[in-house]
Parts: sequence; C-alpha cells; structure tokens
Amino acid sequence: MLSGFFVKLKDHKIPVSIKEWLTLLEAMQKDVISPSIDEFYTLSRMILVKDEQNFDKFDRAFGEYFKGIESVAGVEFDVPLEWLLKQAELNLSPEEKAMIEAMGGWEKLMDTLKKRLEEQKARHQGGNKWIGTAGTSPFGAYGYNPEGVRIGQDGSRSRSAVKVWDAREYRNLDDSIELGTRNIKVALRRLRKFAREGAPEELDLDTTIDKTARNAGVLDLSMRPERHNAVKVLMFLDIGGSMDDHVKLAEELFSAAKTEFKHLEHFYFHNCLYDTVWKDNRRRHSERTRTFDIMHKYGHDYKLVFVGDATMSPYEILQPGGSIEYSNAEAGAVWLKRMLELYPRAVWLNPEPEEIWPYRQSIGILREIMGGRMYPTTIQGLERAMRALVK
Amino acid sequence: MRFKGSEAYVSTDDLTLAVNAAITLQRPLLVKGEPGTGKTMLAVEVAKALDLPLLEWHIKSTTKAQQGLYEYDAVSRLRDSQLGDPRVHEIRNYIMRGMLWQAFTSETPVVLLIDEIDKADIEFPNDLLRELDRMEFFVYETKELVKATQRPIVFITSNNEKELPDAFLRRCFFHYIRFPDKETMEKIVDVHFPGLKKSLLREALEVFFEVREAPGLKKKPSTSELLDWLKLLLAEDIPPDALRAKDRKTIIPPLHGALLKNEQDVHLFERLIFMSRQRS
Repeated sequence: MLSGFFVKLKDHKIPVSIKEWLTLLEAMQKDVISPSIDEFYTLSRMILVKDEQNFDKFDRAFGEYFKGIESVAGVEFDVPLEWLLKQAELNLSPEEKAMIEAMGGWEKLMDTLKKRLEEQKARHQGGNKWIGTAGTSPFGAYGYNPEGVRIGQDGSRSRSAVKVWDAREYRNLDDSIELGTRNIKVALRRLRKFAREGAPEELDLDTTIDKTARNAGVLDLSMRPERHNAVKVLMFLDIGGSMDDHVKLAEELFSAAKTEFKHLEHFYFHNCLYDTVWKDNRRRHSERTRTFDIMHKYGHDYKLVFVGDATMSPYEILQPGGSIEYSNAEAGAVWLKRMLELYPRAVWLNPEPEEIWPYRQSIGILREIMGGRMYPTTIQGLERAMRALVK
Repeated sequence: MRFKGSEAYVSTDDLTLAVNAAITLQRPLLVKGEPGTGKTMLAVEVAKALDLPLLEWHIKSTTKAQQGLYEYDAVSRLRDSQLGDPRVHEIRNYIMRGMLWQAFTSETPVVLLIDEIDKADIEFPNDLLRELDRMEFFVYETKELVKATQRPIVFITSNNEKELPDAFLRRCFFHYIRFPDKETMEKIVDVHFPGLKKSLLREALEVFFEVREAPGLKKKPSTSELLDWLKLLLAEDIPPDALRAKDRKTIIPPLHGALLKNEQDVHLFERLIFMSRQRS
C-alpha cells in the first residue's frame, strides 16, 4: 500500500526506515485520521520525517506523488527560486489584457510551460515569453496573465494542503544548502564535536567514590577518557581566486572553533600546493615557508584540511613548471602525495557545489589524489569531512 | 482519550492530530520549535485536558538516563553500615525511583514530560531506547523487571542543541511547532487575556509582527514575550493610540524591553526606527 510514495521519499533522499513506514500503515489501520489528504500529509510527516531540515524535501516529494489528486496540476520542474524573485510589479492596459486572454486553455498552457521549461536555461525578468517575474508570459509570478501559472509566489495564499507543501516554507532548514550565517552555529557545533575526540585517561573522582562505596569501603579506582581535546589541525587555504569569500568563510569557521583544538595552524597556497606556502597574504612574496619545513615541524598526528575550489588547468597539478605563478621544479601532485603520506588523516573542503565536480577535470584529479576525501562546504559536507578525519 | 486543545492552550489542527496520533499509537511525541512557542506547555495542558497526572523530568547537562529509571544510593548505604543501621541489609531501601519508574508503575495512565532532551549528554537518548520502546527495564540490584502496567503518554521537547540519534528518532513521532500566524496568535492572546480590548490587541499584534520582521534581530520575540508585553501594557494602562498606525514606524513602542531581550537588538531596532524617521 502506497509503496510508491515510500520509494518517492527515498528518491528524495529522505531517511525513512521500514519501521517508520509500518508505523504509518498501523496508524492508517487504526483510523487515526479522517480520510482527507491534509490530515494524511500531517500524519505521514510526523511519522516519517524526524528533522525539520527534511521538511522541504518531504514537501516536494509529497507534492510530486500526490499531484494528480488535487484538481490543480502541480509543476514537476524544480524552477530555481531566484528566477522568480520579485523585482517589479506590472500594470497593463485593457487591450493588452485582452490579448493575453487569447492564449488558449489550461491544457495548452501546461504543454507550453513544459516546453518553455525545457528551452529556458537562465533567469528572466520582464518580457513576454520566458518564465520569470513581472512579465506577461503566462508562467511566473507577480505579473499579469489571467490564465497564468503561478510558480513560487508568496503572499496571501489560502491554507489548503497542496499549497502548504507548495509554499516550501522549510526551505532554509535544508542542510544541503551552503553555509550561511544561520548555519554557522550548527557547523561550529559539528567541529566542536570533532575536536572532542580521543584523549588519554584521567582519574574519575566521582565514579571512584561511588564504586568504593559500593565495594563497602575498599578502594576501587576508576579512569575515564579526558574530555579535554587533543586534536591538532593544519589548514591549507587556497587564496587569490574567485572562491576567496568561501575560503574565508571556512577559515573563519575553523578559527571560531580554535579554542577547541589543541593546535590549529593555517597556511595559504594558490590553486595547488607546491614547495612553498605563506602565512600572511599581504606579504606572500616576501615571507614564505618551505613546505618541507612544515613537514619537518609538525608531527604526523596533525590532521590536514585543504580548502579550495580545486578548479585549475590539469597542468598546474600534473606538470613540473605548471604553476601559473612561477616555475616549480616538482609537480603539485608530487607535493600533495608527499603530504598525504606523512599525514594520513586529510580532507579537502571544496566550496564549489558538489553537482558540478564531475565536469571539472582538475577536481577529478585532486579527488583521486585525496583518495576520494573531498567534501562540499555544506553542513552535511563538513560533517562527512569530520567523520573522515577521525576515522 | 482525545485532545482538542484546552482553555489555556490553543492547539493548531496539525498539532492536535499529532498529539492524538501519538496517544492512539502509544508512541512518544518529540516536539521541536522556536523557543517560546509552548513546547513544554503542551504536555502540561494535555495532562490537564485529559485529567491525568503529569510527571516532569527536566534534563540538565549532567543528567544520566539511569537517573530516570532509578538510583542506587550507595553512599548512604555505606554510612548506614558504618553506623550499624539494620536497614542496610535490604538493598531495596537504597533504591530511589526515577520518573520513568514512577510513570510505569502508576495505577492510572500518566503524561510524562521529558523536557529539553538535547541538554543531556550525546548518548543519553540511546540509553533510553529500550525503555521507551518496550516500556520496561531491569533493576540489577534487586533482580526485578519493572514493566509498565499502563503505557504513559510521553512528550519529549528539544531545542536542537544536539542532534538526536536516528535509532531514537525512529521510535518517536515528530512535530515541529511553527511560529503562529496572526489569526492563531489572536486566539492565543484571547485565551490568556479574555477581556482585552480589540483595538489594543490589533495594534499590539501589528507592532509585534513588525518587530519580528525587523531585519537582523538576534533573538526574535516569541509568543511568551508577546504575552508578557501585553501584561505590561495592561498593567501600565497604555491606551491603544500609543501604538497607533500612523506614527508606528517612527516611534519606539512602549515597554519594548519586554519584547527585545538583547542589548544589541534594542540598539539595532532603535537605529531602524531612527532611519525611517529621517526618511519620512
């Protein structure tokens, strides 16, 4: 029963388990709800989704699966929100209105919409054909067309169920979006958790007293792992490119968690790691540190975090002399491998969205060098990275 | 047993459904939401509405799962043995029942509130899996099995400070209390201040939602802050026109300290007002 819906949720990467699914069926059997789609929406969400971060995904999956049930057909394309951001309002003369009314019926409208969505690749505003804002095309928001299909418009909407999930109110709770100010706190918490791992033992006074008392006065010592953290981190940040803002964000993130680490050192490089790095970007040409010195100075228990977009010409990684800044004697790949041999715990954080990685050759090469340990700078990516570091 | 909201608590349709589904299927209900949206009050009100006793277990960062079951007071037993107290021979005398034990062995069904579960250690929820699932646990000291005669109605609240383990979440129902919209808010205020003048309420709500929408606030005022503020407005007998629409953008609402609890927020807010005053 309804197993198509279950598969749909799985497709949308919502972590649903069989146990929860059976609970939902049990609830249906016990007639917890009256047969209405609104109540089914609430019930299924409370049983299947346990994190408000996944509400948005759930709304989309629900909308897709049940789109035939409500009389209004939904739109199954995922139109990026920014196409539809409200920019202007529009007033039309009566003649123009009459012209638009001549566009044809509902069926035709939907067909045209599908065709348009396939043709259109970019954001659009104004005009009278493309999907966007404030135009006279039948598709989009805030414009005027009496037969229009409204995509992603907020404002006064009645609260029937289809519209609840259509409104996608939980959008900014999704954890696969990039780090923003709202998410930084959560990300920091992940880092702290990471910093707390591992440590020698210390005397646990409370448990010792307790156990001694249980033992009727015979001393029974008890040890516990020290809560104090022992994680040491070496950071290498790619600087001087289009991703500076994102790299900066990652740097700030780690320095905010700095008190939690035993040591945190950071160095800058450009595009790929070669024989020198630097600590102060303003004096990058005068004060450089040799990579060999770093390898000699910091013990192999340091964990390595690279941050960079890894987007460059493959020559910059693979060829000696390939650097765009100077003639390097050894290829970047050699340096990276050297570092990885010495520091087995290493990850690469990449601010570029994960979907585009397969299309960049250099990302593929670096990922291979890193042994697959490249993660996006999303909360979820950070978490995966931290897990890889403590493994 | 059906919950329909109560005189002192306005429950939205989806929340009512969630509570009733949790009662019918006997699963714990995990409630999350912005601070001040009535997560804790929910359990209190459900208990009151269904006329059941309420057991509250407030979680702190030092709370252990075991404390909810029982505690063995070894130290007083040791002391008693030194003093030759005859009680010392019966270990049962030193076992103190926790909230879960009390809930399990109660004659009537009870409402059990586990408040702010995210405050506890990260392993805390995992230690309660079997207890919440099967509603039973074993007392090692006395070799007895405590099993629930009546399954309690369990509410768990969380402020999202720690992530809860999947295995734990699978056993719960989940409801996220959204911030109430204007209509619901009017009902909520009505429940708390039945005699409130309509004009004052309307003006106050307008101001409240405007303050909430001010960009960049660190801590947005929530329902409980609104109620406090209204209480102050009533106590000070502020007339509705003091909140009147035409100069709302340019005056600082009276007693705004009840709404904004953060110095930086107050500064930011005053600056915003100042800017719009200059513009007009």
